[in-house]
Amino acid sequence: MNEHAMQRADFAAIAGWIKPGARVLDLGCGDGTLLRYLAEQRGGAGYGVEIDDDGILACVKNGVNVIQGDLERGLSGFADGSFDYVILSQTLQAVRSSERVVREMLRVGRQGIVTFPNFGYWRNRLQVIGGNMPVSGNLPYQWFDTPNIHLCTITDFEDFCRSNGVRILERIVMSGGSAVHVLPNLLGSLAVYRFERA
Amino acid sequence: MDGTTDKHSVGAVTPRSARFDEPLRLKSGARLAGYELAFETYGTLNADKSNAVLVCHALNASHHVAGFYADEPQNVGWWDNMIGPGKPLDTKRFFVIGVNNLGGCFGSTGPHSVNPATGRAWGADFPVVTVEDWVTTQARLADQLGIRQFAAVMGGSLGAMQALSWTIQYPERIGHALVIACAPNLSAQNIAFNEVARQAIITDPEFHGGHYYEHNTRPTRGLRVARMVGHITYLSDDEMASKFGRQLRHGKLNYTFDVEFEIESYLRHQGNKFSDYFDANTYLLITKALDYFDPAAGHGGDLSLALEPAQASFLVASFTTDWRFSPERSREIVKALLDNRRDVTYAEIDAPHGHDAFLLDDARYHRLVAAYFERISREIAAP
Repeated sequence: MNEHAMQRADFAAIAGWIKPGARVLDLGCGDGTLLRYLAEQRGGAGYGVEIDDDGILACVKNGVNVIQGDLERGLSGFADGSFDYVILSQTLQAVRSSERVVREMLRVGRQGIVTFPNFGYWRNRLQVIGGNMPVSGNLPYQWFDTPNIHLCTITDFEDFCRSNGVRILERIVMSGGSAVHVLPNLLGSLAVYRFERA
Repeated sequence: MDGTTDKHSVGAVTPRSARFDEPLRLKSGARLAGYELAFETYGTLNADKSNAVLVCHALNASHHVAGFYADEPQNVGWWDNMIGPGKPLDTKRFFVIGVNNLGGCFGSTGPHSVNPATGRAWGADFPVVTVEDWVTTQARLADQLGIRQFAAVMGGSLGAMQALSWTIQYPERIGHALVIACAPNLSAQNIAFNEVARQAIITDPEFHGGHYYEHNTRPTRGLRVARMVGHITYLSDDEMASKFGRQLRHGKLNYTFDVEFEIESYLRHQGNKFSDYFDANTYLLITKALDYFDPAAGHGGDLSLALEPAQASFLVASFTTDWRFSPERSREIVKALLDNRRDVTYAEIDAPHGHDAFLLDDARYHRLVAAYFERISREIAAP
């Protein structure tokens, strides 16, 4: 599946950033695929946070640690600086309080890693110009059933970081699984960032 | 219910007894010269003895965890929906042990046993036992059975406290702890309910200072009230509302103190049933064990420090409507385990039944436990 292939691509990008043996917290970890992938690739201790019962069950089957909870309610169960990396993979666009979640990521983790579908991708723009909300491989929902309430472009996210005291350390923009270097906000469908407190 | 019709039942089981002559020094400082523990086992211990699971009981239960007695097929184990061939804790894979805790009233040495110093029943003189004491005796039983390490220790409520204590007292002897509907200690409110229960028993004229055996009587009225109070705390408000609401027993108000509302009838029934089979002195002891449990107390109240020795992997589960041991209390345990970088999975199960949910057959809950035991099973197969 398209979405699956794309997910793998951002997993590889994330794994490439993570030091072997690092402590990782994956927010909105779903079935734990990323955590399992990181454990296999990088070792180290990983935990997921997931709200959905099916996700919790799948994580147990995947053999990864998962804590059931609502990340919108903050990460009060996690001590300051207790993780090397806190990951928010394809979830930023679906959280209500984006600022709070990013702030919590950098309280609990030394670094944050975020991936999100780039709304500025040319195909999305084209669909909007054509008069419809975009529906695509990494934005598979119709406007009326989408969980994505805070979609943003690469430019938007970087503005957000600047005004929230977040220093971007690294960025990978991808399309169809390969890196995009030219006009990323136009040609990239997926953005992956690593950042820390400024 | 009759156990004989369940094809996933472990079938007819026979309780056993283990004798311990090595003296036991209790946490209180008291000393027991010897004691016996009643226990049951289900499934088969594998050749390297790596598939043993200890199931710890809560307040009112016993070593009769699963299956039924051949001469008493309606006497089904208290966690029979969880344990058996093809059930979440699958006895085709695991060797499961249930123990009646020391001080119990189902075959283990307790207040009804003869005090060798006096030749009379211990009664109220039976020493107060703690969760830690129970764990120590369970470890000795494991020694007798040749089990060096449990694949898992599992329990709900007070049983979960024992599983938690195992990870602190014998960190190298437990692979996984399944800590269900637990709390790291009792709240003032919890202790208050226990105290009401104890006062109901102790002030019953038939209590005789705990030596009622000698008077050939039992403080059943006190025990009945104790159980009624306890039972209220095991159910959620919503569950009670949906089960009973304000339904009347006789369809109209009678302006008497007899049973009028269905909930009154239910509580009286539960109280009567319980006072028929449970021993009041054991009830007192067990509520004290609950009150005293507080592993953080010896570490300035720091649960993370208390759990520092733990090496096990954990499944912690709570139920959203459990107000006796609320999800917040389980999250305290999870937080302490995270502080210690232990493997932990935490599930907050959305079930309407309150504290009792840990005993009930909830699909999400059972699927989770089944998946967790499958993981343990894989680890045993490929260590």
